[in-house]
Amino acid sequence: MPELRTETMTVNMGPQHPSTHGVLRIVLELDGEVIQSVMPTIGYLHTGIEKTAEQKKWQQVVPLVERMDYLGAQSNSLAYALSVEKLLGLEIPQRVTDIRVLIAELQRIASHLGWLGTHGLEIGAVSMLFYAMRERELLMNINELVAGFRFFPSYIRIGGLREDLPRGFHEAVTAFLDRFPAKIDEFEGLLTKNDMFRRRTEGVGVISQDDALAWGLLGPIARAAGSDYDVRRYFPYLSYDRYDFTVPTATEGDVFARYRVRVAEMRQSVGICRQAIARITPSGPWACDDPRVVPPPKDKVYTEMEALIQHFLIYSQGFTVPAGDGYVPVEGPRGEHGAYVVSDGTNRPWRIKMRAPSLMAIQALPVLARGGLIADLVAVIGSADVVMGDCDR
Amino acid sequence: MDAVSVIDSLTPLVPGASFEAARSVDFDAVYVPADRLVETCRALRDTPTLRFNVLAEVTAADYLPCNPRFEVVYHLLSIPNRRRLRLKVRVRNGGSVPTVQGIWPAAGWLEREVWDMFGIVFDEHPDLRRLLMPEDWEGHPQRKDYPVQIRKVAQTYEPLEVSEAEFRANLERDRVKRAH
Repeated sequence: MPELRTETMTVNMGPQHPSTHGVLRIVLELDGEVIQSVMPTIGYLHTGIEKTAEQKKWQQVVPLVERMDYLGAQSNSLAYALSVEKLLGLEIPQRVTDIRVLIAELQRIASHLGWLGTHGLEIGAVSMLFYAMRERELLMNINELVAGFRFFPSYIRIGGLREDLPRGFHEAVTAFLDRFPAKIDEFEGLLTKNDMFRRRTEGVGVISQDDALAWGLLGPIARAAGSDYDVRRYFPYLSYDRYDFTVPTATEGDVFARYRVRVAEMRQSVGICRQAIARITPSGPWACDDPRVVPPPKDKVYTEMEALIQHFLIYSQGFTVPAGDGYVPVEGPRGEHGAYVVSDGTNRPWRIKMRAPSLMAIQALPVLARGGLIADLVAVIGSADVVMGDCDR
Repeated sequence: MDAVSVIDSLTPLVPGASFEAARSVDFDAVYVPADRLVETCRALRDTPTLRFNVLAEVTAADYLPCNPRFEVVYHLLSIPNRRRLRLKVRVRNGGSVPTVQGIWPAAGWLEREVWDMFGIVFDEHPDLRRLLMPEDWEGHPQRKDYPVQIRKVAQTYEPLEVSEAEFRANLERDRVKRAH
């Protein structure tokens, strides 16, 4: 009988593979169906946003950074705005802070819904996509109501918000919050006790807490492995220290644990949104009153010369930011998000660098996927919740 | 604790290194000499009072007219002590920094990105290749003297077009080759 010839096989996956969340390319070395090594290649979506931002004025960068992590757009602009406000030393009114908390949590729910739908789709629960996208549509409608733009609202600006909340905002948000907890139950009914889903996810892509932290996977991946690190708790920004919520954690560190953590996070976000919407008055300040950064109200621009000049200066020359550097981390949907902002004292940023949680997750893919089956790789990529726009910037 | 106390606790652990507190608006920042970086980072990670167990970010900035020109910036996080620290390393043009991948594996791709964008070499990095730009790219785009708004002709590959006569000639050539 001839001897059985065995050798490893090299397989290319992506960059146009539908379950790589964009354009991620992975070269796999397989021994039968078992993954021996994973070599991710990124950069296909690199658009040089950080370099482009250096040519823009401070406020013009907000729409640019929103296009990095395109599923959690307002998490980018929040991180950027907080860092620049730190350099400027601005005092932000409490109402603006509460609105930002609300927007950040709605963005987290929207991003987690995008993740839940695609993650379910990729491992066979195809109908999950439609359930998740239906709810996400309502959040897109709220974005449209607020800013006229569904995906990248650019509503959070340096110094506050673009304008006051529109009429009907409270009703739209409350209607969503009333409806959504029952929908999470529905999602869980579809997946959490689904035997097939659990067999695809339990014990797959396991990472220990120490490994997760060593690879910088701050966020849901580390929390699913037992860490309780959440920026909102450890380094409270906005006014999260005045909100009542818990940080969901799990200890298994597998794909299913990450699923449970993210679903529990959505429930917590609903709770935070309820507290926030109760605190936000229908009208009030929507930006700080620093005349360097925030233009005067429109009625004054039309009647007072000084206000007109101020308005003109802010929109033609922009404003200057004191020289220095700052980094304010926020808890984005994918983990710790933050903008490292360097100013040289002029009206344009000297350097902007976003901390990209997706980049860290893809870097750690070899650790997450090694020794698993090739079919599980799709589950692992989905559970890492990578967004290539965030990774490649 | 502030940057001075961090330096005070680091000085006996890394003898002979000259640390310098950096100006900062958010959290402590310390300038570290490049040749003592790895020792410093190991002390920061392993000393119980410091315990910076996570490397959140490695990046750089190009302060062009200045000399040394670059600053490599490390954002450290201590989850047990709820603290953050920024390390800065000054690098001159063409200079290099030792890699800290042996201390935090997360540094691997972050240092690759810094090399890709700024051309700062990380000594003993096992896999220092371009990360975001194509492998055959020339220059380091985040440098301040890198030209912006240049137009480059995109590199494309035309589909191969062979006329019938050429096709026959190719066949004939291969047949002749095989015969030899």
